[in-house]
Amino acid sequence: MATPTMDKAEAAGTPEPGFADTPYITATFRIRRFNPEVSDQSEWEDFEVLIDPKERVLDALHKIKWELDGTLTFRRSCAHGVCGSDAMRINGKNRLACKTLIKDLNPDKPITIEAIKGLTVLKDLVVDMDPFFQAYRDVMPFLITKGNEPTRERLQSAEDRERFDDTTKCILCAACTSSCPVFWNDGQYFGPAAIVNAHRFIFDSRDEGGEQRLEILNDKDGVWRCRTTFNCTDACPRGIEVTKAIQEVKRALITRRF
Amino acid sequence: MKIHKYDTVIVGAGGAGMRAAIESTKRSRTAVLTKLYPTRSHTGAAQGGMAAALANVEEDNWEWHTFDTIKGGDYLVDQDAAEILAKEAIDAVLDLEKMGLPFNRTPAGEIDQRRFGGHSRNHGEAPVRRACYAADRTGHMILQTLYQNCVKEGVEFFNEFYVLDQLLVEEDGVKKSAGVVAYELATGEIHVFQSKSVIYASGGTGKFFKVTSNAHTLTGDGQAACYRRGLPLEDMEFFQFHPTGIWRMGILLTEGARGEGGILRNKDGERFMEKYAPVMKDLASRDVVSRSIYTEIREGRGCGPEGDHVYLDLTHLPPEQLDAKLPDITEFARTYLGIEPYTDPIPIQPTAHYAMGGIPTNVQGEVLSDNTTVVPGLYAAGEVACVSVHGANRLGTNSLLDINVFGKRSGIAAAEYAHKTEYIELPENPAAMVEAQIERLRNSTGTERVATIRLELQECMDANVMVFRTEQTIKTAVEKIAELRERYLNVSIQDKGRRFNTDLLEAVELGNLLDLAEVMATSALARKESRGGHYREDYPNRDDVNFMRHTMAYREVADDGTESIRLDYKPVVQTRYQPMERKY
Repeated sequence: MATPTMDKAEAAGTPEPGFADTPYITATFRIRRFNPEVSDQSEWEDFEVLIDPKERVLDALHKIKWELDGTLTFRRSCAHGVCGSDAMRINGKNRLACKTLIKDLNPDKPITIEAIKGLTVLKDLVVDMDPFFQAYRDVMPFLITKGNEPTRERLQSAEDRERFDDTTKCILCAACTSSCPVFWNDGQYFGPAAIVNAHRFIFDSRDEGGEQRLEILNDKDGVWRCRTTFNCTDACPRGIEVTKAIQEVKRALITRRF
Repeated sequence: MKIHKYDTVIVGAGGAGMRAAIESTKRSRTAVLTKLYPTRSHTGAAQGGMAAALANVEEDNWEWHTFDTIKGGDYLVDQDAAEILAKEAIDAVLDLEKMGLPFNRTPAGEIDQRRFGGHSRNHGEAPVRRACYAADRTGHMILQTLYQNCVKEGVEFFNEFYVLDQLLVEEDGVKKSAGVVAYELATGEIHVFQSKSVIYASGGTGKFFKVTSNAHTLTGDGQAACYRRGLPLEDMEFFQFHPTGIWRMGILLTEGARGEGGILRNKDGERFMEKYAPVMKDLASRDVVSRSIYTEIREGRGCGPEGDHVYLDLTHLPPEQLDAKLPDITEFARTYLGIEPYTDPIPIQPTAHYAMGGIPTNVQGEVLSDNTTVVPGLYAAGEVACVSVHGANRLGTNSLLDINVFGKRSGIAAAEYAHKTEYIELPENPAAMVEAQIERLRNSTGTERVATIRLELQECMDANVMVFRTEQTIKTAVEKIAELRERYLNVSIQDKGRRFNTDLLEAVELGNLLDLAEVMATSALARKESRGGHYREDYPNRDDVNFMRHTMAYREVADDGTESIRLDYKPVVQTRYQPMERKY
């Protein structure tokens, strides 16, 4: 006998705690299409998909691509919220398609999906990520130390380790940066993600490059551009308190204590 | 077509590729070609930890770690390689800490360690705390830290470049690497990278299964590129099924959950692992636990209306401990299952997780073209490679270790080789094969769909070559794969464009999966024994007389163009450990 396997479509009713079993529904996905090989204009296109509402928006995009229209283009990889490939604007909010379930989106109405804002759209939901990663590289996102390296590990207390724990969670998906109105208006602004990654090192007790990073972020395109609209915190699929991290960097710039 | 020239080319930017790049960039002009932005790589999905006998929290030493690795691999491990892995583990962890990795800390401020499956004190006496970790996102932190250090070292990346062919040139009767051919996703342009060294670090091939912890992008591209050029693939029948995937979805829930005290239970609430592994219990090796779960399910003690899963129970652990040590996986349960792990057990089932087999290499990362001959200039490291440190079953936390130890080794070796050698002349029309492949797919008017064939392949693999296998199920798989390969010739795509044509690339990836699935099933059919992750119900015992040897699978093409697989075998390197019966 072979390994028992399970087929999603055949499975019925479940006494499990958690989601009650729900019937398949037909949901409409209204996707902003753009392909410069075809037209220099973008346009909305509707797709109807039969889907279990407990499935992810990414599953719906796959159904469209695999069964209806192979030209639909988006990035994805891990499909469970850790690789950061599939940030997109879903019903007007930045989210990861693989971490958003259909049932949480009111599927009675068309679900709108478009590329994240503030970065050049290259095709459908794919944007040019290079400016985003350039801002990240500009804040020197690596441990800077002086003197000789110890033989064993550098010691760090659990409290010191905890100090920057929140900002180590960043997966560089750009959901925060591309939700920021300041970034939309001026792509020169470093943006929340780069500041989060600077924060991760500024507040690491082992790091000795804090002053350099603070000077970089003291720039006219640095932290002072932040208007604390909290869009970034709302958008972060990792639950990072992004706005708080930016405020902590601002405070460190004033007090020079970190 | 564009031609580039580099000393060293690295294919893939996960843990192994970036660890190699950090070394080779310091020593040689290096290009990293990666089909994903580096931080998207699946190293980032690894959770529980990285093993090293630091002995920060209790007595431990690398010799115990070596033994556990060999026993975990059911004695198919090359013991010289396992010894290097365990010995160099300590520096590998310390290197990462010095690069900035934020490990969890002990009260004394040292790197904290926790228990993990198959890792034991003094040759199996009791579980030992050997896994260095950063909450349950150790892989994420390794990937980020390595990328940060690549930024620091100025590593040159070619993002969203798919390597589709390995160029081999015969010189003085020896096959040598001349470079690779890549397809640029953004433009559809083909690039030839001429290089003195090539390192494959392109990861696994788990997407030929349906229920898998693997990313959509893990399609065995590196293995397939080498295999098609006549290089062997080693031990492909050995695939690891991780015991705790989220029911139906396959999303990984770390073994660290059981390391922190989590318990597997059947529908009667029984802690069933006590029956199967009296000493290590829930922390027995993964192959043992996955078989135990399916035995419970098959004997009618599975949970749910279909009886098709068991529970991972964390409800007895304090919520503070779950929040501090297992924040990500508890969130996965909430997001994807609507379950609160503080109060409810999590439905799980084994999920296809890791390829123990791959491109054969020696301990320097040099690729072999047969049992002993090195291909000059060609290297491989990480899941794409088979050193073999994992043998028939990898221990948890040894893969994050593998990518660091052998990534570093191959990065150094490849750069040093590049220094002492000259470029090899490219073959005539180096991109011819890739151009033909792309044009065929783009222009095909066939009636088959990529998604249909892929799903049939995945369902066939899940049903026939998963945790339990028999002659009959494997033969069913071999026949089905042959049928799918035939149908694949008639596949067509809808997107005929050049920019970001992921429709085209999915078709290419499916071709890789089909080739590798065929190698896997064929290798499994010939191995008439049970060892580690390869369990044959018709041959339930390990057979050291006939099968204490590595499988080497070669693609053969007859004069009339028909393809076949030739199987050969390679001896296992044994140093100090004699095979024993494996009990946990």
